[in-house]
Amino acid sequence: MYAFDIKRPSKLKKARKILKKNEGAQVLGGGQTLIPTLKQRLAAPSALVSLARIDELKGIRQKGDELIIGAASTHEEVAADGTIAALSSLAGGIGDPAVRARGTIGGSLANNDPSACYPAAALGLCATIVTNKRKISADEFFTGLFETALRDGEIIKAVNFPIPEAAAYEKFDQPASRFALVGVFVSQCKGDVRVAVTGASEDGVFRWADAEAALAENFNPAALEGLSVDPAGMIADIHGSPEYRAHLIGVMAKRAVAAAG
Amino acid sequence: MTQVSMTVNGKAVSVEAEGNTLLSTFLREGLGMTGTHVGCDTSQCGVCVVHVNGRPVKSCNMFAAEAEGAEVATIEGMANEDGSLGVIQQAFQDNHGLQCGFCTPGMVMSAAALLAENPKPSEAEIRAYLSGNLCRCTGYHNIIKSILAASGQEMKVAAE
Repeated sequence: MYAFDIKRPSKLKKARKILKKNEGAQVLGGGQTLIPTLKQRLAAPSALVSLARIDELKGIRQKGDELIIGAASTHEEVAADGTIAALSSLAGGIGDPAVRARGTIGGSLANNDPSACYPAAALGLCATIVTNKRKISADEFFTGLFETALRDGEIIKAVNFPIPEAAAYEKFDQPASRFALVGVFVSQCKGDVRVAVTGASEDGVFRWADAEAALAENFNPAALEGLSVDPAGMIADIHGSPEYRAHLIGVMAKRAVAAAG
Repeated sequence: MTQVSMTVNGKAVSVEAEGNTLLSTFLREGLGMTGTHVGCDTSQCGVCVVHVNGRPVKSCNMFAAEAEGAEVATIEGMANEDGSLGVIQQAFQDNHGLQCGFCTPGMVMSAAALLAENPKPSEAEIRAYLSGNLCRCTGYHNIIKSILAASGQEMKVAAE
């Protein structure tokens, strides 16, 4: 790793100040992706600003028909919450226990790995990403491979999830990394049906519009019979071809609908 | 360099560390506690698992500075006070839960975290919990058997 200092402010405002003052400073969440990246010298921050001591970013609470999850909540904490069963089960399936004890929801969303699980939950539940500056709808938040709508120095404070009538996430594990080879999150929320797909597209998480339309008519796995996804633009790697992933989306979507129903 | 202080196996420690010093490096080089191993250094293999405030973490994937003020537990703290093997360690010895022994510190620390949460785990629960701990001798069967034994359970033998 290149050399850098770690700052550990206890207030969000202070974190913002440090980021402003130090050009090239970067935010550190749980570090489960950032630290391996630093070890490979793929990043050279002038300083890391740890969010671990900022109480404003912690805690999970229900407010009306929304579940508000502090950005620094670990996967383990979200897994233990249970208010939205599909979301907790998704969090409990990320990585392994040691990763879940450190990795955070804010970190995962800000990183927007194309195979990460949380982006599928945020998009599949139409979550709102609350930053220190504004509120961003999940539909606007994910802008491409490892790209988000976050601006320089903008910090995620919380993620607000509407509590759905029905939801489920089905992931086909890539067994070595336990990332999603393909993962599909489906939900029914205030009459809307959403189908969000991770692990498949070269552009990162996306909504499968045809499946949403079919399921809005009939929320049943049978409604997805005959639908297919175009393999163009799907990820090709040693674990699966674009055609394989495109096919898997249909399979996982059907399983998710069955589990949600 | 900044001074980083924490409690390791019940003992207060304080050592100077760089911002980029990993907790595993802090333990091994700062404190000379080489029981915690470093295998892949990419957070895949789990041999570096220690407990931070009671939770299992991969110490090669956490900065020492982030453990400031924390209670850290390592493999060195798993033996009984008289130096004899702790329950989990003894079960590993009795059941041939280690071959080369390189992954053992991580396996024992993960097992301890599991048994603290779930004192009588099923075989499937043990396997799931160890998903982030790799044994390149592939000695998994006896590792599972050891953890079952440490929890006072026997492994079910497949029908012959």
